[in-house]
Amino acid sequence: MFARTILSRQLLRPAFAAPAAARTSFLTSIQTRFLSDQTRQAIDKAVSSAPVVLFMKGTPETPQCGFSRASIQVLGMQGVDPAKFAAFNVLEDNELRQGIKEYSDWPTIPQLYIDKEFVGGCDIIVSMHQSGELAKLLEEKKVLAVEAEAAEEEAKKE
Amino acid sequence: MAQSITEDSVRAALTDRLKASHVEVRDMSGGCGQAFTSLIVSPEFVGKNSLKRHRLVNAALKDEIAQIHAWSAKCQTPEEYEKEKAATGGNEGPPLDGTAGGEVTGVSQ
Repeated sequence: MFARTILSRQLLRPAFAAPAAARTSFLTSIQTRFLSDQTRQAIDKAVSSAPVVLFMKGTPETPQCGFSRASIQVLGMQGVDPAKFAAFNVLEDNELRQGIKEYSDWPTIPQLYIDKEFVGGCDIIVSMHQSGELAKLLEEKKVLAVEAEAAEEEAKKE
Repeated sequence: MAQSITEDSVRAALTDRLKASHVEVRDMSGGCGQAFTSLIVSPEFVGKNSLKRHRLVNAALKDEIAQIHAWSAKCQTPEEYEKEKAATGGNEGPPLDGTAGGEVTGVSQ
């Protein structure tokens, strides 16, 4: 599928009409160096699927790696609104697992995005949590479940 | 082709490539040699935020990180390192968040 797309593009664009040997190496370098448009678009869609997006190993309920678990715990402690959060399990999709590393120019999982902007991996999430930066950012982006909490507080008072 | 990656080789690479003044590298793999955590003190981090510091480290260790299973780093400027040392009477060393007692848990792939 991917190879075919490249070939048809080559046919359409005379600039790529190179000798067979060169074409082979061109294909190889494309495949190893660049994300396919299809994968990039799929990741674009994933990144914009919610204000807070975590690419992780496993699921929020059952993380499959300590770093993903620590990251999910931090987001939980911060009180991120579940309605404004999406998690993607990279173990379910090898294309995503490899693609996200190139997409973010980041070599490890988990990866956190807030408002389509790359925030960092586990080390950064934890250190921003400890320094208070994360709380500030999440509040600014209005992704905390504050309204629900405030409503509960109100209910208690009455 | 792939030279085996050790605490020493990672420390040497960071000292050389990031002109780090202090590096601590700890194997957190529990023996399989595929997971490392580190404390890196380098003047190259001055004026850079956390994300930029980590990106600098990731770039410096691109080949090594691609070969191992897990990588963790704490990036400090010499000034931050000294300040923390003075404040806490020591230094925490490399971060162990996400590990279980200093060892990585999870899928081994």
